[in-house]
Amino acid sequence: MTPPAKLSEIWVFLAQSPLLWLSLTLLAYLGALWLHRRSGANPAVNPVLVSVIVIVGVLLVTRTPYDTYFEGAKFVHFLIGPATVALAVPLYGQLGRLRRLWLPIGVALLVGSVAAIVSAIGIAWALGGSHELLMSLAPKSATMPIAMGVAEKIGGLPSLAAVAAAVAGISGAIMATGLLNLLRIREPAVRGFAVGMAAHGIGTARAIQVNETAGAFSALALGLNGIATALLVPLLIRLAAFF
Amino acid sequence: MLYAITALFLCQLAGELLVQWLGLPIPGPLIGMLLLFVVLLVRGGVPEALSETSGHLLRNLMLLFIPAVTGVMLHFERVGREWLPFLAAGIVGAAFTMAVTALTLRWMIRITGKDAE
Repeated sequence: MTPPAKLSEIWVFLAQSPLLWLSLTLLAYLGALWLHRRSGANPAVNPVLVSVIVIVGVLLVTRTPYDTYFEGAKFVHFLIGPATVALAVPLYGQLGRLRRLWLPIGVALLVGSVAAIVSAIGIAWALGGSHELLMSLAPKSATMPIAMGVAEKIGGLPSLAAVAAAVAGISGAIMATGLLNLLRIREPAVRGFAVGMAAHGIGTARAIQVNETAGAFSALALGLNGIATALLVPLLIRLAAFF
Repeated sequence: MLYAITALFLCQLAGELLVQWLGLPIPGPLIGMLLLFVVLLVRGGVPEALSETSGHLLRNLMLLFIPAVTGVMLHFERVGREWLPFLAAGIVGAAFTMAVTALTLRWMIRITGKDAE
């Protein structure tokens, strides 16, 4: 009979298994959802933010490298692709509004996308950010994979661009309700579109929780701003070089 | 459910293939979303199973971002060095973008005489 394994040996086994980190991700999310409900759905108790704080804490305490964690968590990460495709369903449900509002949507897309790029670069520049930081921030309101690709093309760091997109997404999701109430924007379609433009997928996840129409318009803005950012960032940077 | 998941995967796959083939600067899943939208337009409706499966996925969309955002721990040092311009541009920039977009869209809806309801 083999002697029972020591606790440290069990840990070594578990820490290498994808199951542990996959379970931690799900548990942290369920806990964060519970906390969110307990807070009376307070937007500041954002489930992504709370989960990430818990997981980063666990990883730091157990000295687990991010790569080891991601081996397990990648199964969840993989689903972003099909979920993005699934956004076509609520969008289709808004066909009538889309047909009616194509001109206002087109103009708001152009103005909002330029505002996102110019404000990010302008604020970081005014506060003395390095060139690399500015170029990583420029595409921050686009969905993460686009932000990473665009940043790389213009001399930023792809992984820093992902963090910038996370900051915009989480803070946008948290502030949306308060800010849009302050501006007295009531129409769910307008609210959702603005959230998707500023806070891509994370904002859309929040908008879906609040209202079906807001969620669909947020998804629309996320898709359109992704494309607009990929086209506009290199163009605006080239224009800025003239001055 | 299996049909619906297969349909989502196939749209994404077609999106990724188009991106590779045409060298587009846009991620495959976004093209996949566009493709599915076109399919629904042509079909003229959403199958029950697809609407159910996509509903399940989208209700838990926040979960899916957690692994990528946890990658922030790789950047503590750099973000620590330039935290003020980084956070200000990220947070204030997002607020500015949201406000400008909302006000522009509402104003455009008003002057074109449309209705958002």
